[in-house]
Amino acid sequence: MAKILVFTELHGSHVKGVTLEILGKLAGHTVDVAAIGAIPSEAIADLAKFGAANVHSLKGANLEKYSPEGYANSLKGFIAGGSYDYVFAGATSVGKDLLPRVATMFDAGMASEVTNFIMEGDKFAGTRPLFAGKCFAKVELQGPKPHFVTVRPNALGMNANPTSGAASAKDAAVDAGAIRAMIKDIVKGTSEKLDLTEANIIVSGGRAMKDAANFKILDEMANVIGATVGASRAAVDSGFAPHAMQVGQTGKTVAPSLYIACGISGAIQHLAGMRTSKVIVAINTDPDAPIFTKADYGIVGDLFTIVPIMTQEFKNLLGK
Amino acid sequence: MNIFVCVKQVPDTETKIVPSGDGSFIETSSIKWIMNPYDEFAVEQALLVQAANAGSTVTVVRVGSTKDTEALRTAMAMGADDAFLVEAADNLDSYMIAKALKGAIEKSGKTPDLILSGKQAIDDDCLQVPQILATMLGLPSVSVVVGYEGSATDVTVKREVEGGALEVYGVKLPALIACNKGINTPRYASLPGIMKAKKKPLTTLSLADVGVSDADKRVKYSNFQLPPEKPPGKKFDATDAAKQAAVVKEVVGLLRTEAKVL
Repeated sequence: MAKILVFTELHGSHVKGVTLEILGKLAGHTVDVAAIGAIPSEAIADLAKFGAANVHSLKGANLEKYSPEGYANSLKGFIAGGSYDYVFAGATSVGKDLLPRVATMFDAGMASEVTNFIMEGDKFAGTRPLFAGKCFAKVELQGPKPHFVTVRPNALGMNANPTSGAASAKDAAVDAGAIRAMIKDIVKGTSEKLDLTEANIIVSGGRAMKDAANFKILDEMANVIGATVGASRAAVDSGFAPHAMQVGQTGKTVAPSLYIACGISGAIQHLAGMRTSKVIVAINTDPDAPIFTKADYGIVGDLFTIVPIMTQEFKNLLGK
Repeated sequence: MNIFVCVKQVPDTETKIVPSGDGSFIETSSIKWIMNPYDEFAVEQALLVQAANAGSTVTVVRVGSTKDTEALRTAMAMGADDAFLVEAADNLDSYMIAKALKGAIEKSGKTPDLILSGKQAIDDDCLQVPQILATMLGLPSVSVVVGYEGSATDVTVKREVEGGALEVYGVKLPALIACNKGINTPRYASLPGIMKAKKKPLTTLSLADVGVSDADKRVKYSNFQLPPEKPPGKKFDATDAAKQAAVVKEVVGLLRTEAKVL
């Protein structure tokens, strides 16, 4: 049985969903959780349900905001006292930035953004997409421990842990050390919605949207079904949407439960970024568009008439 | 300023990926290689910083095979001054690549004031090398950067996080900055640039020259395979306006009753 630490970020009074996905998957192992800052009681209750043994709040000066150096020094100091075999985190903006730094402080290896994994006894074996999902490979780690792993949000699913954990809350003093790259300001994004990489439903627009203003009809649909709006590279390169919304090989790789592609032809680099979505709906005027080869439900027709009708149908279905 | 740019050579985004027969990697024989798209932003940023700081040099560093030298040729054609290539297989793990890049930078004899790279390579998509390299060199670094301004000693950079929000960092140089799309618009290599690039110095090193061996391998890949093909889906014709309402109603109904996602 491996000794495992899951690093989590706090999101208001809760931890991110991916943390609970990881804990559920690690049922049967001794799993501690650590976060920078005080972990709220609601979060501790969630972590207990998913089997956490100890829950560590790492506290110290200069840790109010994320900084690559401050967080890395703090987490490294904490891990060094813990004899962990593995350190897991979600493949979020912080997880992806932070974990390679901490791994290197231990001269250790890291598997990025796995979409599934098993523990064969004490040994981790993961599956991860490469070339933006055009292929998959098995990934294993070797060399000095602990070994580090980030897990893609929404990929494992919420597996309940049959045994709840004690989730003993503990404080640990940590030292952020010298910080030479420090946040001066945070500029809010245009959307309050979940990020594309964490969204459960995505409505995406392509070149056929013709104009940035036309994304309004996608926003309306997204509001009804609780979706985040994305875009193809063609739409981004045409200036219809910012790069933060781009889905595909040079944008974000996503795996929501439902992906609705509107006016997207389905270039290979776009398909790579969204093909692992559980259910795909495509709306396109061209019956031969490659997107239809990946769609569970294809509608051949004009998005500008189909989308508003669909929005109304969603409203009827959901009683809104 | 001594400016370094780390670049990787990757299969073109239009490439159809085919796992090799033994599943140990992918078929590389018929691939068109390009500079990793995010690295183009790093090269452009290096040239912009060079132009703003007289007497600066831009050195490009790459670890990978010599099947093609497209990435380094392109970087020098865009305007970089010289290049170092550490010859290695195209599927080294992030730790080995970062250690080799560090070795090559040290072999150049110049102390970096600024290191630029793409935020991630679009082949293995790890988003690790910039942070590993910065940690190995003991430098501050910021990843996924979409905005850069500043002097030869202090810079302000914007890092893109979830939902398109931006973290604005003040950073003391020397530092490593990993670039995302949006930071600038990379220039095209001009014809004179391409001609000149042929005469620019390119130093080739081996992994042994930069102190990297199999003992540095941390990540083992195997069993490369294509994602499972989905069974064909249902396709509905809604080109006729009279049918649209019925088709949409049916699809929305199926999303609930059959796909169970609503």
